[in-house]
Amino acid sequence: MQENRTELNRNLAQMLKGGVIMDVTTPEQAHIAETAGACAVMALERIPADIRAAGGVSRMSDPKMIRGIQEAVSIPVMAKCRIGHFAEAQILQAIEIDYIDESEVLSPADDIYHIDKQAFDVPFVCGARDLGEALRRISEGATMIRTKGEPGTGDIVQAVRHMRMMQAEIRRLTSLSTDELYEAAKELRVPYELAKFVHDNGKLPVVNFAAGGVATPADAALMMQLGAEGVFVGSGIFKSGNPEKRARAIVQAVTNYKDAKMLAELSEDLGEAMVGINENEIAILMAERGK
Amino acid sequence: MNIAVLALQGAFVEHRQMLRGLGAETFEIRQPDDWNKPKDALIIPGGESTVMLKLLHELGLFQPIRQAIVEGLPVFGTCAGLILLSQQLENARSPYTRFATMNITTCRNAYGRQLGSFFAKAPFKGIDHDVPMTFIRAPYIEQASEQVEILAEIGGHIVAARQDNQLVTAFHPELNNDASIHAYFIEMIKNNLK
Repeated sequence: MQENRTELNRNLAQMLKGGVIMDVTTPEQAHIAETAGACAVMALERIPADIRAAGGVSRMSDPKMIRGIQEAVSIPVMAKCRIGHFAEAQILQAIEIDYIDESEVLSPADDIYHIDKQAFDVPFVCGARDLGEALRRISEGATMIRTKGEPGTGDIVQAVRHMRMMQAEIRRLTSLSTDELYEAAKELRVPYELAKFVHDNGKLPVVNFAAGGVATPADAALMMQLGAEGVFVGSGIFKSGNPEKRARAIVQAVTNYKDAKMLAELSEDLGEAMVGINENEIAILMAERGK
Repeated sequence: MNIAVLALQGAFVEHRQMLRGLGAETFEIRQPDDWNKPKDALIIPGGESTVMLKLLHELGLFQPIRQAIVEGLPVFGTCAGLILLSQQLENARSPYTRFATMNITTCRNAYGRQLGSFFAKAPFKGIDHDVPMTFIRAPYIEQASEQVEILAEIGGHIVAARQDNQLVTAFHPELNNDASIHAYFIEMIKNNLK
């Protein structure tokens, strides 16, 4: 992949900032998401809550289903492939997907290696629980990062943990002297150049979104105030009582995430939120997949 | 000089950094209270035009901003910003009305999906060197009326233009290190203040 492509792919993520990326499973849902103000949609056969409930091996979605969603909307369309499954990624590139999510929500295909994302022209977003994980994915070619959260639970605790961890580690890195930085890069198991970038700039070299467990406008505002540059909402919207209204409220909450008065209005009468499962009640921690 | 930057969604931070480098003050517009502050110009950044348009209407920002543009406030729209200012739009998806203050016909997502995004360097009228141009799922201008001055073209399509107080680019000058187009806009603002 040319240097140019990496830059262009990072640039697309910059255009998504301040926006909400919504999981959708049908062209109808995609249309609702676009109308409600989604800046992109994630096309998948089953939303994480259902993947969790169904169990079994979870794979890339049917390309025909993804294409149906590409035709239904004019905003960018993303889709997930399994960690390490570069053939699924090749297929998604062949149907001209706008962004591939190499995702722990699906069953991992490789328990050691992630995809060499530098070998692709289409961009990749990857999950990360801390700075080391984020920078390792970036060195493999990811041009956007998101927290891993705990998808399909409606529980925000892990996304908060990951975002706080990442921000704390970034702050720590910026305070180091140059000679300390070599050792820090080694400890983080990341290339020195990437550690140096974070040290010099106080942020990741790519856009960083929150994902996993966002279910309310308040959740979205919380993640934005903690430093997320936008949010993914998966099960939170189409598992709730009034998806359209909730989607619209979350979009507005991300734009005016510091205005508590507006957030109060946005949180009114949204109907039933997704029921959710607490972190300690679940059998499979998806965030533990692919470090 | 104080420049308002529409900050509903998209790459607005990059514009602010660019303008700060040129010594201009900026502030963000997220709701009507922000808009009521004094300002000398407005930037409409790149992002998703459907999202911005919807929020402009829902937040009650659309009418006051449109009126200010009609009354001559200097405005610079990049990518999605260009779309919002276009009178005619092909492949329009939003049910909401656009500002439609510039007499141009624009094709949205004209280069296709992300695989069609590209980088180029090309001449820009009024700037003495080729400028870097980053196109991300970009639009281009298909037709422009006589009042519109064409500033840059690529492959036979108009990618930058000006009509009186309105400047638009289909690409993202805020993503590169070359600040000359922002400097061009600042000149526009200065002339307007005279």
